[in-house]
Parts: sequence; structure tokens; C-alpha cells
Amino acid sequence: MKKELNFLCPNGHLGFAPTKEGSFYIGVKEKPDYILCDSGSDDIGPTPLGADICTSLKSTQIHDLELMFVESRKLGIPMIIGSAGDTGTNRQVDSYVEIIKDLAKKHNVSKFKLGYFYSEVDKQYLLTKMQNGETLEGLDGRHDLTLEELEKTDRIVAVAGVHPYIKLLDMGADVIIGGRSSDCAVFAAPAIQQGFSEDLSYYLGKVLECASFCAEPYGGKESVMGTISETDVKVKAMHPDQMCTIASVAGHAMYERSNPFFEYVAGGMLDMSNCNYEQYDKKTCRITGPKFIPIEGKVKVKLEGAGKVGERFIGMAGIRDPYSIKNVDKMIEWAKTQVEEKFGKEGYQLYYIVYGKNGVMGDLEPIKEIKSHELCIVVQGIAPTKEMAEEVTMIGTRQLFYARLPEVKGTAGSVSFILDEVIQTTPAYMWTLDHTVSVDDPMELFEVNMIEVE
Amino acid sequence: MSTKKLFELAKTIRSKNAGTDKITFDIIFREKENYELVKKSGVINKALICQIYGLEEKDIADFVEFDPGYAIKFTIYRKKPSGSPGETDIFGCQQYPPLLDIEIPIG
Repeated sequence: MKKELNFLCPNGHLGFAPTKEGSFYIGVKEKPDYILCDSGSDDIGPTPLGADICTSLKSTQIHDLELMFVESRKLGIPMIIGSAGDTGTNRQVDSYVEIIKDLAKKHNVSKFKLGYFYSEVDKQYLLTKMQNGETLEGLDGRHDLTLEELEKTDRIVAVAGVHPYIKLLDMGADVIIGGRSSDCAVFAAPAIQQGFSEDLSYYLGKVLECASFCAEPYGGKESVMGTISETDVKVKAMHPDQMCTIASVAGHAMYERSNPFFEYVAGGMLDMSNCNYEQYDKKTCRITGPKFIPIEGKVKVKLEGAGKVGERFIGMAGIRDPYSIKNVDKMIEWAKTQVEEKFGKEGYQLYYIVYGKNGVMGDLEPIKEIKSHELCIVVQGIAPTKEMAEEVTMIGTRQLFYARLPEVKGTAGSVSFILDEVIQTTPAYMWTLDHTVSVDDPMELFEVNMIEVE
Repeated sequence: MSTKKLFELAKTIRSKNAGTDKITFDIIFREKENYELVKKSGVINKALICQIYGLEEKDIADFVEFDPGYAIKFTIYRKKPSGSPGETDIFGCQQYPPLLDIEIPIG
């Protein structure tokens, strides 16, 4: 066993915005033992998972994968990617596997083992479990999953822990493309596989998962290097002007999570309450004291699921007349009644988002009085068919133009349009699953595959 | 007693998704002194958060004073999961501005 291992992480969400090359090549020169990062997020809303599409551009995904692939094969070290293609669905894993094969051809790289695993979960598998009386526990205040909610779900991924990564590393993988995974598992798996403690390995993953977000000054998409030893984790910024400081590293522990002390993964919980942070050198922070607490009993694996609500169109309208601004709610009421006249009160959804009033914060907005001299209304219509969604949105938008306010001076039209049309978007989806499933063996959810690239 | 606004004391005030069903808020200080000042003032608490955002205490999932990061952090449940129809901030990152003007007594 090596005394230390170095992990180069170039990006916190591969493909979402391009990896910055300068700090990446500085990192490569420091001879990492692994080049690895995560490529997914549930930040992007339910639509990409539900519709099985990417929010990232393919050209950016190829750019980022090419940097990592070429340099990792030159150094003869493993490359690991988690949560392929934003959502980590099977289709996105296959897409990344194809990109790697194409890159191998392009760069004349041969004789390496390409491992990958899938994270999608069949609805029938969960249905059978539920019919056998098993409970899928809700997370984040959700109640346990009902059959009705499962029925409304179109696509489900399980969030992998270290297990499929360790399996593929044991099988000798040189490149791993992972389905949906906990960000930190991507990094923890190789460290654990090489014999380092779970305490430090999971922390290593936690601190590296967002790349330069753990450094300061702020600057995304820059590389950082994590080093694990028997006694500590060190994290170093690769960009010449960035540093990993006590403040930046400790501060990162709270990013995007409700509690900065605890991180849950399939198999247990990382407790960071007793972490000690030291400035090791100007660019490097040293961390000791994290603790991993394995779960007692069955492993609980998180499930993410999205279900289609309907086809969706968007319309937009502007208001400048101060009398109309004051009475915007009445204008919206008028437009809604016009939609009701055609379609009734049910069977569709119609939303008015009023920028200049509370368009950003909705009910959370503490300022109730409108202070803007102009408003923008975004109308969102959702219905079972494209034709109906278009008509709901069109009536709901155009009738703002004909809104009947008793004392309005401008009688030629009550709103301005930049487009006299409504725009189709990707269908509307909802997060239907944020639950866990208990399993005897976490590998039963993650099918691993290995191919030899000749 | 004189006061300062929170944005004058904190380095970072931000909001962001914490998973699909929650939004988390971070108030981070550069100097330990400012962190201790705000923490000891007790002004930022669950009752104030409820008042600002029109919430009930059960809507607050977590409230933590995070000494290693000189930070006060709280998390609220979303009314609808992120990106649901009619929901207005998929990333949850524009929900912090009402915190900027919180008045903190400075003695």
C-alpha cells in the first residue's frame, strides 16, 4: 500500500461548464494517482431526469472527458466519472461510454479496460417490494412512498455509494463511467479500495466533489488536488491565484446541504463535527478528525424519480401603465376566467409569474407592495396534450391584452409583447421520488459491465 | 444602541438547493469577531426567519451555528419540489436578499 495517494479533480459537474485547462495541466504535472470527478446534480430540476435529456452541451462533455482521458492514459492511471450526463441515467452512461470509445480511436489509445455501471431502477422492482410490504421511506420531510406516487413516476435512478466503483476497480478498470452516484463516493471508492480508512476516504470525497469551490478567491471549474494518507487529508488549489484555506475548506462543508456536520451515503454517514482544519502551506489545507459511521442493518440507498405532469408552453407580457400595475391581479383574474370559459376549472394548470412583484420569490417574498414602474408576466400553461397546452397558454396570455379594467386610459391593448406567440418548452415534470430503499446487497441495484477497448 | 446591516458584517450571504425539497441559507463571516458579534446578538433565529419569509417553525428543517466556518446556516422546506410547475427558482439561489438588511446591534 502506498503511503499517500493523490486525486486530481478538475470539475465539480463535468460538462455543465468547461473545465479550465490551465490549472488542470498544472495538476497533471504533480503526478496524480487518479483523475476523477462527478458529472451530475439534482440542482437542475426534474425535467432532465424525467425526459432523459442533458442540460449540458455534448461539445462541453467531450471537451472535459477528452482532457481527463488523454492525460490519465498518458500517466497510466485510472479515470473515474460519476453520475454521467447530469442525471446518471442508463442512456447518459451509454453516451459517455461511446464518447470514450471515440476518443480512444481519435488518440490511438488501445488496450485499456473500460468499466461502467447503470443506476436506473425499474418501477416494477419497487412495486414488487411495496406489494411485499416493504416501505420506501421519504427523505427531507416526505412521507413514505405511495403506490399512486410510484405510478406517476417515469424514470428512477438509485444513488450509488462506493460499492460499484470498488467492484470495477477490483476488476481492473482503467476508465470508469458511473451512473447516478453520491458525489463523494467517486473519490472515496478508490481510496477505500487501496486500504485507506473510511473516515478519511469519505471526507476526501466530500471536500473534492465540487473541485475549486473549496478554494478561494471564488472561481469555478478550476482543478484541485486531494491527498490522502493514513492520518490526514490535504487539499491544494492548482490555480496559481487560488488557495485552499481553513475558511474556504470549512465553508465548503456547508455548501448545498442542510447540515454542515453530516453527509449521508449508501452505507453510512460521514460525521464532520470533530474535523480539525489547519493551514498546511499557503495553498493547502490539512484536515483531520472526520468519522464515518457505517449503518447498522440493511443499506439504505437513495432514489431520485421524476414524473411527467404535462406538455408545457410559456407566454410573456409586459405592463407599463401604473394603473394596470396596481391592478395586475385583476388583469390576471380576467385572463384566467377566459381560459375557464373554454376549458373549465380542471384538467390543466395555469401559472402567472409576475416579475416586478414576486416573480423570483413567490410566497416567500416579504415585500408585498409593488414598487416597479414596469412588470413582466410569464404565463405557464400545462395540459395533457400539446394542442391544449398551447391554447391554454395562448388564451391566458392574449387575454391579458384584453383585460377589462374600468378606469384604464389605454384602451388599445393592456400589455406589451416581444412575441405575439407562445413558446413550447420541454414537458413539465415533478420530483416524485426523494426516498430510500433498503437492500441486503447494494450491488443488486447497480449492474456493472466491463469491456476491453482493443 | 447603534446597529449595522447584516451585509456590512458578513462576507457571504447566499441561498442554494439542498436536494430537491429544501433551500439552505449560509451567512458566512470573514472575521471571527463579526461572527461572534452576530451569533451573540441572537438576532438571527428561527422566529426572525419565520417572520421574514412568512413561514411557521415547522417549515425550518435545520438551524446551525457552524463555528469552524464562522457561519450561521439554516434550511427551509420548499413549498413544492424544485422545478415543479409554477415554482420560480430551480436552483434556489435568489431567496437570500431579504436577509441583507437585517439590523444587528453593535453595542
